[in-house]
Amino acid sequence: MAKTDIGPPNYKDLMPPLMQKNYGKWKYHEILKPGLLKHVAESGDELYTVRAGSGRLLSTDHIREICEIADKYCGGYLRFTSRHNVEFLLTDKNRVDALIAELKSKNYPVGGTGHSITNIVHTQGWVHCHTPATDASGPVKAVMDELYDYFVTMKLPAHVRIALACCLNMCGAVHCSDIAILGIHRTVPKPDHSRVPNVCEIPTTIASCPTGAIRPDPKTKSVVINEEKCMYCGNCYTVCPALPLADAENDGISIWVGGKVSNARSAPMFSKLVIPYLPNNPPRWPETVAAVKNIVETYAKHGRKHERMGEWIDRVGWERFFRLTGIEFTDKHIDDFTLAPNTFRTTTQFKWG
Amino acid sequence: MAKPKTPLLDELEKGPWPSFVKDIKQAAEKKPMAQDLLGQLELSYKEKIGHWKHGGIVGVKGYGGGVIGRYSDRPDLFPGVEHFHTLRVNHPTGWFYTTKALRALCDVWDKHGSGLTNMHGSTGDIILLGTKTENLQPCFDDLSDAGFDLGGSGSALRTPSACVGPGRCEWACIDSLDICYNLTMELQDQIHRPMFPYKFKIKVSACANDCVAAIARADCSIIGTWRGKIQIDQKEVQAYAASGLNIREEVTDLCPTKCMSWDEKGKTLSIEDGDCTRCMHCINLMPKALRQGKEKGASILVGGKAPILQGALLSTLIVPFMKLEPPYKELKELIAKIQDWWDENGKSRERLGELINRMGMRTFLKAVGLKPIPQMVKAPRANPYVFFWPEEIKKEVK
Repeated sequence: MAKTDIGPPNYKDLMPPLMQKNYGKWKYHEILKPGLLKHVAESGDELYTVRAGSGRLLSTDHIREICEIADKYCGGYLRFTSRHNVEFLLTDKNRVDALIAELKSKNYPVGGTGHSITNIVHTQGWVHCHTPATDASGPVKAVMDELYDYFVTMKLPAHVRIALACCLNMCGAVHCSDIAILGIHRTVPKPDHSRVPNVCEIPTTIASCPTGAIRPDPKTKSVVINEEKCMYCGNCYTVCPALPLADAENDGISIWVGGKVSNARSAPMFSKLVIPYLPNNPPRWPETVAAVKNIVETYAKHGRKHERMGEWIDRVGWERFFRLTGIEFTDKHIDDFTLAPNTFRTTTQFKWG
Repeated sequence: MAKPKTPLLDELEKGPWPSFVKDIKQAAEKKPMAQDLLGQLELSYKEKIGHWKHGGIVGVKGYGGGVIGRYSDRPDLFPGVEHFHTLRVNHPTGWFYTTKALRALCDVWDKHGSGLTNMHGSTGDIILLGTKTENLQPCFDDLSDAGFDLGGSGSALRTPSACVGPGRCEWACIDSLDICYNLTMELQDQIHRPMFPYKFKIKVSACANDCVAAIARADCSIIGTWRGKIQIDQKEVQAYAASGLNIREEVTDLCPTKCMSWDEKGKTLSIEDGDCTRCMHCINLMPKALRQGKEKGASILVGGKAPILQGALLSTLIVPFMKLEPPYKELKELIAKIQDWWDENGKSRERLGELINRMGMRTFLKAVGLKPIPQMVKAPRANPYVFFWPEEIKKEVK
């Protein structure tokens, strides 16, 4: 029998010798151009990193191709980033241009550094999830095709981090992104009364609802869902498979903006709702792509240098954000969950837009 | 086997960004499983709905997690994905690979699975996407022989992750890679055998830029910071100014505490370090000129999470500064105390942050033995509903 609890391979064995040698003794770095970083150690050693985008969903053949490139240029060493990019780690600066040329010839986008839009952190969607309100890989591909130029350049006021989650469970830091694309369900789960008594534990199912919308139905030995209380989170479906909530015509996408995870300048922030609903329109989600592009371009035009999306909005105010983007403000934007009054305006100070 | 017609997905092969459809088609050349995935995905695109049933309980011997069960709801049309379970494989800390290690992974997955992966999943794991129930154990056995192990799932410690840290970054205040690896190895049992009320995440970022989103996502967020003066190299500051960086507009004016000033005439930068909150902005802009203070350590924050169940929470500060050196005894003791309290008091599917909100921060702090200090809050309470401990109240003497 195989050994258990061995843990992951030791990262130190997988690190280029130059990184091992200068471990913890780095002096400074520079972004030489989009997708190319130069790190200089106290010893004077230089490490060059070439960053390339990927679709995250990779075939083993694709990974083997990446390995061939890393063997050719990097002595067989590479890493991935927390946002699904591939980083080729070179010690020979004379090989950098040839590597970038080869990557470009094989259609790898080189960029994602500095004030760019880097890769979109995303979830599984229809490829592998059981509660998705939209696909993940498809909208990501469509949005990145449109925003490609922002990946391979560094012309925005600051970093723009986009993330996509296909439902409210929000795998990944979607809720603290400059732009979050979030799949939403808008209709209540439909209990399959013939299956609920057999496949679900009723007390667990009732307890799983954050709003107390589920109650038992002694007649059917199933459950009843209060439509007014349900907020379509899908938590009950995760514990009770006989409560499906997917709805082809009503599921869709919402857009949230202004979040960040870094502590630089301002504290980390949540993303806020700006577009409550866009239809699922596969294969290329044109409404979603247009909405994201509009927000990026409005920010690019009005944001000041080094100002993240949320910092820009804090400076100009949400009333101006809605005017500049032309996005309609509705009752959906006004919070009605816990602590909602904290988001209401309690002053006479406001802008006209 | 006839190739499925996929007119909708074919549209996603167009455009400059790498296409996941091409990767699925590449795998489908060899694997009927990947071919049926393609067919089912096309059906989802046509019907605008997912076709995966709720996961059942599947796994490997000795473990209670690491495998996500998945079954198609149309096995009649797509028998290749009747079972399509995912293995979460604990990534090497910092996502470092040799091509030898990556190829070994690919060999295992070509032998036992769909040939499709995610590099990586949101928590950080290597995701091996889709295989049949009977392949799980042999796949795990071969993974183990290749030196890999599964990651966390369910109500377990999820695979901890860390930024690149001292491997490449001059801003690393702590050894994020070693801390993460050390905790991962020590807490193997918590990762593989779900024993908690719900998931527990540990993420380590070596500075306040927080490249692994620890504050947004982790129940226990470990963030590098420093004490003492930022070290200024005035010559390098002047070099930045000469190269076109507007020190006043881009650096000092954007300092959140206004603790810096730039003397345009004397070309001198000064910092009132007592007012600095170590946000990293100035250091981010002038890495050659500014270095963090010499005494390095970490701030510990707890309770971060995504919305399910009671809304998203950011981690909140409980320890402003902790020295972190191997074997990280103080950190491990604190994590153990936090987990014990949560395990004892948490309801099913209640995350640490939600439990702290339900029971009160004062109860949490007392349980884990931390003294309340002003650094823990943005402001003291503004409501008068103050609770006192029984021992703080004078008892009537009869």
